[in-house]
Amino acid sequence: MGNLIELLLASILNHNIALVYILGMCPLIAISTNVKNAKGMGLAVVFVVTITGIINWPIYALLKSTGTTNLSLLVFIITIAATVQFLEMFLERFIPKLYNAFGIFLPLITVNCVVLAVSLFFVNREYTFAETAVFSFGSAVGWMLAIILVAGIREKMKRQSDVPRGLVGKGIVFIILGILALAFIGFTGIANI
Amino acid sequence: MRWIRIKYTKWYNILKDGISKNNPIVVAVLGICSALAVTNRVENAIAMGLGVTFVVMASSLMISLIRNFIPAKVRMVTYMVVISTFVILFQMFLEAYFPSIAKALGAYVGLIITNCIVMGRAEAFAAKNPVKYSIIDGFASGMGYMLVLVLVASVREILAFGTFLNMNVTPDSWVNWTVMAMAPGGFFVLGLFIWGIRELIKHYETA
Repeated sequence: MGNLIELLLASILNHNIALVYILGMCPLIAISTNVKNAKGMGLAVVFVVTITGIINWPIYALLKSTGTTNLSLLVFIITIAATVQFLEMFLERFIPKLYNAFGIFLPLITVNCVVLAVSLFFVNREYTFAETAVFSFGSAVGWMLAIILVAGIREKMKRQSDVPRGLVGKGIVFIILGILALAFIGFTGIANI
Repeated sequence: MRWIRIKYTKWYNILKDGISKNNPIVVAVLGICSALAVTNRVENAIAMGLGVTFVVMASSLMISLIRNFIPAKVRMVTYMVVISTFVILFQMFLEAYFPSIAKALGAYVGLIITNCIVMGRAEAFAAKNPVKYSIIDGFASGMGYMLVLVLVASVREILAFGTFLNMNVTPDSWVNWTVMAMAPGGFFVLGLFIWGIRELIKHYETA
């Protein structure tokens, strides 16, 4: 149990998937223009990443038992696309409130590399089922934390900063991300993976 | 004189746009994840660049060949399957012939699938254009990507390890700047790099 809590802390803070492993950058940069959208995207990612992590683990176990792990990439990406599609239909039909909150973000998640990366990481690190579930959830929460932090800073900057014109827009996001990543290195030692 | 004639063909224009005006990283800011994660050493950057070039070219060729048979509704899934097939090929090739690079790149080879450049070129170019132009377009995007990767990696490897392609290039008194090999170094170098290039080609965003 203590092991799982440590894994959760590590995946949110010092092994943050966005700021330490540099994953999911395209949506992070594109959607972090305001906090409201960032929150919507973040929640959708937490939802999808946790579910696909949990689904992909038994599928990988099946692939391993039949000796076809070479196909894992192909299988993972199809599972992810199918899960996203299914979730979209399911939410629209049964929980329309949540569906409206996620809006356009749900279909965009298929191309968010966090989703695939979480599946590839649990394979590389040989996690058990419980560890995979905790790690998927933690990584997604870490990503949400990162996008909301960046969005908050960008919102403030838009009003009161004089950014050099070559850096306006996406350029300055890298500098913000760099400073945030430096800060997250400060968490090293809190927990280990 | 021959050069001038080449200069105005469609081939030349597609090639030039991919490397400069439509450069996937600098202008469109796509495919950043792998661009930052693998650029701590030049050899990793070259392997990644070649891998992406191969995958973009091969999948553009494939998608362009079957573009008239793909129903619009399932086109994304079709692209995904085509792309991941070539990524698996590249992964198996690396593991067989360059195991040390395969180990250093780790999960990031698999993540070429979600590299927006590949999907972007498939959707924006290969799905609408004939095969020969699609291959050139894939090659140009891949090369533009690799160019930036190698430049960023050179800066980071020299600053972080004092080496270039594992050869020592700095004096003995050099102190390694370790943070350059980690995520923040990647963010800073790429950010400054984008700034520099955008000033050079006078491409500004209004945001």
